[in-house]
Amino acid sequence: MRSLTHLERLEAESIHIMREVAAEATKPVMLYSVGKDSAVMLHLAKKAFYPSPPPFPLMHVDTTWKFQDMYALREKAAQDAGMELLVWQNPEAQERGINPFDHGPLHTDMWKTQGLKQALDHHGFDAAFGGARRDEEKSRAKERIFSFRTANHGWDPKKQRPELWNLYNAKKAKGESIRVFPLSNWTELDIWQYIMAENIEIVPLYFAAKRPTFEYEGGLFMADDLERLEKVMGHRPEITERSVRFRTLGCFPLTGAVESEASTLAEVVQEMLLTTTSERQGRVIDQDEGGAGMEKKKQEGYF
Amino acid sequence: MTSPTYETDALIAEDIDAYLDQHQNKSLLRFITCGSVDDGKSTLIGRLLYDSKMIFEDQLAALESDSKRVGTQGQEIDFALLVDGLAAEREQGITIDVAYRFFATEKRKFIVADTPGHEQYTRNMVTGASTADLAVILVDARKGVLVQTRRHSYLAHLLGIKHLVLAVNKMDLADYSQETFDQIVAEYSAFAEEIGIEEFTAIPISGFKGDNITAAPSENTPWYSGPSLIDHLETVEIANVAAQEKPFRMPVQWVNRPNLDFRGFSGLIGSGTVKPGDVVRVVPSGKTSSVKSIVTFDGELDEGVAGQSVTLTLEDEIDCSRGDVISAAENPPEASDQFEATIVWMDEEALKPGRGYWLKLASQMVTATIQEPKYEINVNTMQHLAAKTLELNSIGVAEIHTERPITFEPYTDSRALGGFILVDKITNATVGAGMLHFSLRRAQNVHWQATTITRDDHANLKNQKPRVLWFTGLSGSGKSTIANAVEQRLNLMNRHTFLLDGDNVRHGLNKDLGFTEADRIENIRRVGEVAKLMTDAGLIVLTAFISPFRAERDLVRSMTDECEFIEIFVDTPLEVAEQRDVKGLYKKARSGELKNFTGIDSPYEAPEQPEIRVNTVEMTVEEAADHIINAIMPLK
Repeated sequence: MRSLTHLERLEAESIHIMREVAAEATKPVMLYSVGKDSAVMLHLAKKAFYPSPPPFPLMHVDTTWKFQDMYALREKAAQDAGMELLVWQNPEAQERGINPFDHGPLHTDMWKTQGLKQALDHHGFDAAFGGARRDEEKSRAKERIFSFRTANHGWDPKKQRPELWNLYNAKKAKGESIRVFPLSNWTELDIWQYIMAENIEIVPLYFAAKRPTFEYEGGLFMADDLERLEKVMGHRPEITERSVRFRTLGCFPLTGAVESEASTLAEVVQEMLLTTTSERQGRVIDQDEGGAGMEKKKQEGYF
Repeated sequence: MTSPTYETDALIAEDIDAYLDQHQNKSLLRFITCGSVDDGKSTLIGRLLYDSKMIFEDQLAALESDSKRVGTQGQEIDFALLVDGLAAEREQGITIDVAYRFFATEKRKFIVADTPGHEQYTRNMVTGASTADLAVILVDARKGVLVQTRRHSYLAHLLGIKHLVLAVNKMDLADYSQETFDQIVAEYSAFAEEIGIEEFTAIPISGFKGDNITAAPSENTPWYSGPSLIDHLETVEIANVAAQEKPFRMPVQWVNRPNLDFRGFSGLIGSGTVKPGDVVRVVPSGKTSSVKSIVTFDGELDEGVAGQSVTLTLEDEIDCSRGDVISAAENPPEASDQFEATIVWMDEEALKPGRGYWLKLASQMVTATIQEPKYEINVNTMQHLAAKTLELNSIGVAEIHTERPITFEPYTDSRALGGFILVDKITNATVGAGMLHFSLRRAQNVHWQATTITRDDHANLKNQKPRVLWFTGLSGSGKSTIANAVEQRLNLMNRHTFLLDGDNVRHGLNKDLGFTEADRIENIRRVGEVAKLMTDAGLIVLTAFISPFRAERDLVRSMTDECEFIEIFVDTPLEVAEQRDVKGLYKKARSGELKNFTGIDSPYEAPEQPEIRVNTVEMTVEEAADHIINAIMPLK
């Protein structure tokens, strides 16, 4: 008789979810954002199908504005897992030169929301794994593990399928798809602990180091590609070296850095536990639309 | 407001490694909270999150401003706002769905399913309860045991939750009176016994003020000698551990075949434990072998236990695939195709007895039909009521028949092999959930009798390939006329045919059936069975029935051999059929004299991809018949 720890149970549940999708979906894909949650999700996929490689490709919906370190890890992680890596960049956004400085919310909409829809339609994927967690945000707390989307990728919070026991309904009509969230029941602390326990490689940006930073509209950002920044901003931002790290990773001009000395996993977790602001605060997405920002974006097809 | 915190804070700052070690080995308890709209459920959960530091400053700042704007607690923080998620319900102030929340204490991590207490949302509570080990039933100390309290307790009990907590909340508004508390407990005890709840733990609390949440007794309730809510949640036994004492079962989810040398069976162990060398039986085939290894990414295991996801390899090459259950050889689960079950209906469209639904149980997916309920249960009074169907949020007991035997255990023994969901074959919605009680007969006692002359022999003698030509369309569309013309042509070609006509069958075989949806479904099912027997006899069967529901036509299709079922859509617009009105039925239906008439007050679901479509506006009867004959050639 032995009591499983919470991490063992979360792991078993995530693996069970992934195997259900592999067995029931026609053409699944794993969305990979190169962040820490994606790293954990990929690791779980390796475990779920071992000794086979995961029976689906990895796909990165790229905005072209990610940190260089993220691009580097992306290639390596896919190779280590023995999985095909698909990268999608919205051709329309590319053509119009959509960027976070000139286009504000349109940047996220075009590159991420529209980009994701295009990529799923283009490849004809009927199930897509995402690394979202229920503890991230209020509307996520009610999201199902198998989240059903219409042929237009819309999400209707009133029409979600009840999800009982560990029985997931993967049936859908042609053109419809399912987003699957195997990390639904993990918390941020669980993710960190699991990374530590399983020795999972994550982007070094999560750890504090001296980095070139600049201030912009009250936030602190990293000048990951100074040439490009200068071109888009129309001037060279004032660069200061600071010891910073990131709590969440996205497009470098949209992801706020925090000043920190935490350079090991334990220190990062310590800082996280003692910190007093929530994880997504560094991102701009939740604050618009009077607190209902994420919910609205999801109805429009944001992951 | 008291502000208790857990002792870990100091440890985090001083010795993070020690803290992480401690946290690494926590167990996990899943529970649900249920209460009526104003029992303070969201407030209690907000309190638990707040006390365990799951609320951050930015969230708290937003909460403070929200509390002032739309809060119901005056200038104090309204924890409920933190918990109520979706925009629509924030405005109404009612939680309408199941939300999952997370917090941790020194000993355990918790996942809370926040389920609504609103009248019409039984479905959400059942959903939340299905994964919970424990239920916190909230009662407002000023109101006592309400109808809702009984309903929530009944549902928690129905879903097999062993640990119930009666949290008598808002004690601060009841002067922390022991008498009030004792009265409520006495009243609840009587009810609990009535419905078979063996034990429960009653705790007087105030979610708003924090009494007896983290520490007990609160100074306001010196008379209370039991545990605080958190103490109790931290020590109650987890179902997952109890499941290890039961016989080994692992439903196979996925067959792992990276190369010809490796064949593993992946699944989540539902109950029991397994070791290399253990003799196992694959159900339903009954084949036995022994476990060669328990393979995981982290190396082979010496033992696998309930709750783990593993991959097993076996010593022998035996058939085993998704849906099978690898079990303890000496104590395997049963297989059956007829059951009694409790069913919770979750869809706006009511249950249709006799219709085929997908039934998913563990990794098995089969077509199942549900008979007319034996009774419906009034969840407020627990009375049994007569019922013809089950509407949204109603619960009843009915017989279920599956098209092939499935491996199962009674729900009270195993959630993994006793709980199932029902999926509509057309909309793909999850329309119901259920819990199996027992098998109505051992399906293995009814065998197929093998006959020497096979269906091929019958067909060869007639020099033809058996077929079902299934004509569907509105009343007056021309089904019978065209089917008759087709049969004449086949007859001239020396083919052996039989025409089953809707009106004729209702004079005999189906004369006990009326025109309600349930009867229409049964009508088609019987015709399907007869058609199937006739194809077994080698005949080309023509059927002319309105057969308005897609699901029933698909059911008949699934009963017959592949390629033998040919759906012919006699496509006549309603206006045209009504204008023809050969039998004067449309007139009667329009005047209300005739009820449930297809196209008027009962729907017709046109085929999406019929094998053959004939348009009777553009084609004459002769042209339509020729078109069909051409389409089904060759006949042999």
